[in-house]
Amino acid sequence: MTFQVGQTFTEVLVEDLKRTQIVQYAGASGDFNALHTDEVYATQIGGFPTVFGHGMLTMAMTGRLITDTLGIANLTRFSGRFTAQVWPGDTLTAKLSVVSVQPEGTKQQVDVTVRTVNQQGAEVFTATASAQV
Amino acid sequence: MAIGSFPVEAGQVLAFARAIGDESPVYRSAAAAAEIGLAGIPAPPTYVQASAHFDPDYPLRPNPGQDWFGSGAGPGTHDPRGAGVLHAEQHFEYHRPLLVGDVLTATVTPGETWEKTGRRGGKLVFTEQTTIYRDASGTPVVTARVVAVRTEHAPSQK
Repeated sequence: MTFQVGQTFTEVLVEDLKRTQIVQYAGASGDFNALHTDEVYATQIGGFPTVFGHGMLTMAMTGRLITDTLGIANLTRFSGRFTAQVWPGDTLTAKLSVVSVQPEGTKQQVDVTVRTVNQQGAEVFTATASAQV
Repeated sequence: MAIGSFPVEAGQVLAFARAIGDESPVYRSAAAAAEIGLAGIPAPPTYVQASAHFDPDYPLRPNPGQDWFGSGAGPGTHDPRGAGVLHAEQHFEYHRPLLVGDVLTATVTPGETWEKTGRRGGKLVFTEQTTIYRDASGTPVVTARVVAVRTEHAPSQK
């Protein structure tokens, strides 16, 4: 596949995020922070309305759009900034934009930006990534 | 912090792919991975986070015989690392695809620390840390850089 500047790709990353998926990510990643896994702790000690998702779960789900578009074998860089918390019940959608395409030997060096928003349209995560495709 | 041995295993890669909702066959089958030119099952882009399982000093898991700050009979206690530490940024650089069968070591280097005044007047302290994951031959596979932010004192309520 060849890419062109201005192309966009969109993916729903999760619909109605479940607390159990947050726990599933805790088990997979090893980050069992009680703010993510323990409702009693998160509300009574943490002072939050409920548990919330790991920032790295949002980054990992956003990474799906990047690897679905550019290919896991081609990825050279993935950087992100966490801008808001993600809560149980959230539906996250990511939009990838191709911002630069340069010839690189027989391949293309492709740079993209990605913005992940929740069901209110509020930004939760922004990223940049590069691949040699 | 350093990690002496972080084996990249098929079962853990599958569990990680499931947890992030990724149903791609490349994380499940060496044959599917071969179709995209890889010599083995790849790990998803943020997979090195799972190195926490192999870090003997990792603070965010309960360990037998040690205090855990989460709830039990009571609601728990404040996180011993101090409240208010947030993950601000995460950066990964991939030197080659990370594959099942790789056994990595990790070395961690502290980076810069800088301060900003938050919008509501509190002092924000940013700290940077870089982890280099190397394969058995010592060649870097993934470089990860994290920026954490800590609120130094409570912002004014005005």
